[in-house]
Amino acid sequence: MATLQTRATARLMMSPAVILLFLWMIVPLVMTLYFSFLRYNLLMPGTEEFIGFLNYQYFLTDPAFFTALGNTLMLVGGTLLITVIGGVLLALVLDQPFWGQGIVRLLVIAPFFVMPTVSALVWKNMLMHPVNGLFAWIARSFGFQPIDWFAQLPLFSIILIVAWQWLPFATLILLTALQSLDGEQIEAAEMDGAGALSRFFYLVLPHMSRAITVVILIQTIFLLSVFAEILVTTNGGPGLQTTNITYLIYAQALLQFDVGGASAGGIVAVILANIVAFFLIRLIGKNLER
Amino acid sequence: MARSVTTQRKLTFTILGWAIGLLIFFPILWTFLTSFKTEGTAVATPPQFLFFDWTLENYHEVQSRSDYMKHVTNSVVISVGSTLIGLALAIPAAWAMAFSPTKRTKDVLMWMLSTKMMPPVGVLVPLYLIFRDWGLLDTRLGLVAVLTMINLPIIVWMLYTYFKEIPGEILEAARMDGASLMKEIVYVLTPMAVPGIASTMLLNIILAWNEAFWTLNLTAANAAPLTAFIASYSSPEGLFWAKLSAASTMAIAPILIMGWFSQKQLVRGLTFGAVK
Repeated sequence: MATLQTRATARLMMSPAVILLFLWMIVPLVMTLYFSFLRYNLLMPGTEEFIGFLNYQYFLTDPAFFTALGNTLMLVGGTLLITVIGGVLLALVLDQPFWGQGIVRLLVIAPFFVMPTVSALVWKNMLMHPVNGLFAWIARSFGFQPIDWFAQLPLFSIILIVAWQWLPFATLILLTALQSLDGEQIEAAEMDGAGALSRFFYLVLPHMSRAITVVILIQTIFLLSVFAEILVTTNGGPGLQTTNITYLIYAQALLQFDVGGASAGGIVAVILANIVAFFLIRLIGKNLER
Repeated sequence: MARSVTTQRKLTFTILGWAIGLLIFFPILWTFLTSFKTEGTAVATPPQFLFFDWTLENYHEVQSRSDYMKHVTNSVVISVGSTLIGLALAIPAAWAMAFSPTKRTKDVLMWMLSTKMMPPVGVLVPLYLIFRDWGLLDTRLGLVAVLTMINLPIIVWMLYTYFKEIPGEILEAARMDGASLMKEIVYVLTPMAVPGIASTMLLNIILAWNEAFWTLNLTAANAAPLTAFIASYSSPEGLFWAKLSAASTMAIAPILIMGWFSQKQLVRGLTFGAVK
């Protein structure tokens, strides 16, 4: 039974974490909001003035914004498509009994632990290089013209790298969900004459639907903020072809020193992320009640 | 009754499983192999897989770069430091939420989670300016502070889900036997909570080690961890694949091994208990 004293102790124990997190969240956010209404460029000190929604107007009507928004959606959507479909298939395979299952499982999850700058540079140079890369060698051995990945398909190249990093995450979570499936149910369906495909679509997939939703939502949160992979491979180029919202705002803030404009962009990014977060929080909150 | 598995079926899946596993692991394996080649062999066509003159020259060369050890130290200090401070803040908080829950506990947890949803670019500008004005740019202290706050919600959540699994009756029994709060924590709770705390620590060191938004944006030369050191190979001079591979292998090997040990906790930690 919680007494008044333990309740006070509990509050005291929570307060450092809660207060610090609150400050961490609210102080920068309020500052971003405030800056977003100012004309404020670090290269022109002393010219700060309140300009209302002008930064937002510039940011949201800039053609670069629509390009970056499109790239962001392609990057998030493309990666999700590969990782979710690939993750379901991989989970189905890894769920089957076979020799060396544990080792294969370790091999499959390994890319998740590779730091983003390493994966991006290894893929860009050693695999995707148009002359000396491994993919070019494979293409030539089969008599094809090698693809110059980052010149011809820059955004797709980045999607491939990011998908490689996130495939293990999707696989691991979907596999965990799959392993909690009731084996007897499957057996019963099998005895009733359900084929492999109908067993998959009527039993396995519905059972995994919640895990799939979790994968999609959590990955979306992280994929909206893909940054290092772009910075070390393309710098957002060629042109704006691989600039996502995160990179666009970074460039505006730390390359052009436009504090006001970057802040307006930051607020837009927060709003976009919040739309996803809203659904994720509801889903996890529901889970907490059970 | 367990399903009988035919040998043929098992063999098919063994081949399929290993093929997929090796395919996904290949870029890491390739990096590892390339790290033992000379720069010339690294770019050779056709590619050399196993039968080349293995050399440790690249490891030697990367390590003899005057700043290499500094970057390793930075990575260790930043990832371990932020994790330990995070644990110090989170253990009491998670303990209180798990054992003296109020009707607002759930809201606090959900709110903590929501701070994790904030995109880093949303606060890049003010944080950069605060760091500049307080002299925290390119310091380990600044990065430890930022990474602590970034991972704090995950630490609290993971610990909460572990502490939740400790039966409350045991605490009550200890209390009945006259154990004080201090004794209760030291003799009853700690032994039961240690495995959960250890896994939380492991996963957070991994996450902090690989963090590559703040480490790239808030450091230059002094406090740059390995993520930023590797990024410096994006504008190289001359042949560099073998050296990049050696540096990469050293940067990912310790964390990969830790990751393999914490694979079970990964699911719990990254889905905030939504999938166990």
